[in-house]
Amino acid sequence: MRIVPFIVCAAITAALVILLNSQIPTGGSKTPRLGYFLSPQKGFWQNAEPTDVSFNNDLKFDGIEGNADVYFDDRLVPHVYADNEHDAFFIQGYLHAKFRLWQMDFQTYAAGGRLSEIMGDSANGTSFLKIDKFFRRLGMVYGAENSLKEMETDPATKASCDAYTNGVNAYINSLDESSYPLEYKLLNYKPEPWTNMKSALFLKYMSYDLAGFEQDFEKTNAKSVFTKAQYQALFPYGQDSLDPINPKGAVFVKPGVNMTPPANADSLYLNYKQTVEPAAAPEKPDKNNGSNNWAVSGAKTKSGRPILCNDPHLGLNLPSIWYEMQISTPSFNAYGASFPGSPSIIIGFNDSCAWGFTNAERDVRDYYELKFKDSTLQEYWYNGAWRQATFRDEIIKIRGKPSDTEHIAMTVWGPVMYDQHYPDKLHTNKTYACRWKAHDGSNELKTFYALNHAQNYDDYTAAIASYQCPGQNMIFAAKGGDIAIKQQGQFPAKWKGQGDFIMPGDDTNYAWRGNIPDSENMVMHNPLRGFVSSANQLTYDTSYPYYLGGSYPVYRGFIVNRNLTAMQNITTDDMEHLQTSNYNVFAEIARPALLKYIADSTLTANEKNYLDVFKSWNLNNDATETGPTIFKIWWDSLMKVTYSDEFAQTSLPLPWPDGSTLIDGIIKDSTYQFADNINTPEKETIQDDVTASFKQAVQMLQKLEGEGHLTWGKFKSSGVRHLLLIPAFSRLNITNAGGGDNIINAFTKYHGPSWRMIVELTDKINAYGIYPGGQEGNPGSKYYDAFISDWVVGKYYRLLFANREEMQQQTNLKGKIVFSKL
Amino acid sequence: MKFFIAILLTALLGYAAPLYFPWWSFAVTSFIVAVFIHQKPLKAFAGGFIALLLLWGIHAYIIDNANEHILSQKIANVLPLGGASSVLILITAFVGAIVSGFAALTASFTRGKKV
Repeated sequence: MRIVPFIVCAAITAALVILLNSQIPTGGSKTPRLGYFLSPQKGFWQNAEPTDVSFNNDLKFDGIEGNADVYFDDRLVPHVYADNEHDAFFIQGYLHAKFRLWQMDFQTYAAGGRLSEIMGDSANGTSFLKIDKFFRRLGMVYGAENSLKEMETDPATKASCDAYTNGVNAYINSLDESSYPLEYKLLNYKPEPWTNMKSALFLKYMSYDLAGFEQDFEKTNAKSVFTKAQYQALFPYGQDSLDPINPKGAVFVKPGVNMTPPANADSLYLNYKQTVEPAAAPEKPDKNNGSNNWAVSGAKTKSGRPILCNDPHLGLNLPSIWYEMQISTPSFNAYGASFPGSPSIIIGFNDSCAWGFTNAERDVRDYYELKFKDSTLQEYWYNGAWRQATFRDEIIKIRGKPSDTEHIAMTVWGPVMYDQHYPDKLHTNKTYACRWKAHDGSNELKTFYALNHAQNYDDYTAAIASYQCPGQNMIFAAKGGDIAIKQQGQFPAKWKGQGDFIMPGDDTNYAWRGNIPDSENMVMHNPLRGFVSSANQLTYDTSYPYYLGGSYPVYRGFIVNRNLTAMQNITTDDMEHLQTSNYNVFAEIARPALLKYIADSTLTANEKNYLDVFKSWNLNNDATETGPTIFKIWWDSLMKVTYSDEFAQTSLPLPWPDGSTLIDGIIKDSTYQFADNINTPEKETIQDDVTASFKQAVQMLQKLEGEGHLTWGKFKSSGVRHLLLIPAFSRLNITNAGGGDNIINAFTKYHGPSWRMIVELTDKINAYGIYPGGQEGNPGSKYYDAFISDWVVGKYYRLLFANREEMQQQTNLKGKIVFSKL
Repeated sequence: MKFFIAILLTALLGYAAPLYFPWWSFAVTSFIVAVFIHQKPLKAFAGGFIALLLLWGIHAYIIDNANEHILSQKIANVLPLGGASSVLILITAFVGAIVSGFAALTASFTRGKKV
């Protein structure tokens, strides 16, 4: 034996193995374990799914009670035929995991403030620890724990969750390191067992996304900058173009609750003086999280049967938030979009009816300023006495580092979100507790479960009665001819202005006045006009006796209602056109005003050219048009020219006015008060602002034209991004997509219609749908992003709502899984 | 002949071992094969190297073809290799090969020099 070369070579071999088995830091992140990752038997190659893969399988589990067949149609949509509900939910869990495990797991890590566990405290410039702290302090885990109790108290919900969880775990248990989803291999961690708590966390994440938008700190700051008159002009309650969900002119009953503001509110709360240094949140839910839904009665359709349409607008991600499927059991037969992470069909239809949702957009999260006795936060001043706080310790595990503990004081209002420990960079030394509707225990799954079973209007109202948060406009249509919409949720009863700003936390009078009684929530059932609709606009006109708070886009609702009023003899084709319409009604309203105020005579020939294009634009935000680009840049620049001088009075964050505020302002009043630039001696007029902003816009337009990016599609350059924002796993630079803000086809850069669905309630249901994603979450599958190209151009797929015999006759199935008892 | 048998055995065991053990278990089998089929250091290295080069290269190639390069192109952007599937296959093959080659080379020193 040659000792020296042996030892040297053995050391080199061992070093190579150790190196290739380690994560190596590069730039802001770490590589996967390259030897494992590249191994064709273990690593990413195992996730490269053959394009002709068959999904045939025969699976036996302890958790299955009867027999069930799952047929995968040509788009890989599973059609589950189970002997009983228990097996159906077990299989739904199994399928969600089989096709979407990493996504559902990752989303619950995000919701529960656990990203640092897998990502480390930061990577590529993102502080995951900061995000985790934010979610923990907001009370996401606290809220999910409360909801889990409610969910597990209801026998049907508990049974469906238990079966679902067992199904997910049956799949997880079948995995080994070679079959883990790709992202686990990339980030080098392992799937953990699913629990009902993870479903609860996922649903709380939806509450965060849909009922978590507020600007209380920004508005509190605005109070210190603007007078009351200015504030009300900048952030008005209601808009001129408002066509509320519940049509204008409705008469409301006098509220049973006393809605008078506290006696000291004018001096203490609505004072427009106080400055609060806001603690910046690491992220905010997208203000655009909205949706369209509408249902027309048989009187307006060609078939004589109702048609229901829904397209929820969310951040567009891969894997998609939706997973399409049919679940058929002896007790219900439903089809639609499901949430990986939760049992039941969420938006869809069954043998008798169809249902869908838009977001109610109500402000259900408020902050209270508290005075604590000392920095231990043991006691706070409340109703004239010191009151004891309790504590929650939230332990954040950090990959590769010691854990971090958030020691959170709990008060009558809720968790103390901000104190001297979080975040400290503004040194406010003040404490703010958060009161959020999503902190309360609630069982939303009960509603989805019951909707899956609903057969008629009464079943629908019973199904949604217990639903709390996030508040939704729940639309319904049935084969029997009923159409309906109800704004459902537990909404705090607020006096005018309550919760817009940070409230005093030492006075019980500033608490929400209970909940608005359910009987005073908007409901419309078979209205004379023949349709019901919602698009996140204000539910009621401003005479509604409770304050609505929140932020409400106005134009989509306006144009939906104008179209539906005019339409007759409607077919599903007509609905496809309406749902994918790129018509810009905001531009229709704004263009005459802009053209009225612009000083033509001062424009150069080049500027006139752009103005002519704008004048002759057909008002459609189609991908090939240049009018939308001109309008968008001009409008944004006008907003800046008009408001940025007033808003520069503070370096702290302020809420930015809505476009509708400016256009309503300048249409009504040619001496608009904010037109003047307060930093110049001259008195600027709206004519000056409109002309100056156009000249500024032309400079940018010329640059875009030089780059060949002047058409709307190229300017917008939309995309659907992977949850980890990895470009190679995303579909970026989509240049043939129209749509945008204020447009029914609400596809902005990375946000838009996440599931388009049209259901005609004929005897044999006639339904169409599509979402911008694909049935497989695996980037190595051809089904990963299979629907995106069709979705972008406004195509729909006919939804195959079939019984077992019809499925057996399908010739283009991708496979069949038979589930049976072990 | 001995050289080819070594390659064949190394590849065969290099495939079998990771079915039950971690990805790097082929290094152990490459070592064992080279202990029993003893060759001069250069030949031993070449045998171990070529065996895994072919095993991992061909395996990755077959998977990639069946997948129509969908995933390899994405990974070749993540890593980053300019999106070239072929480069990714070559790197994959090389990583297996270099470990196996050194394992086999180590084994060649378990006996004294042949005269």
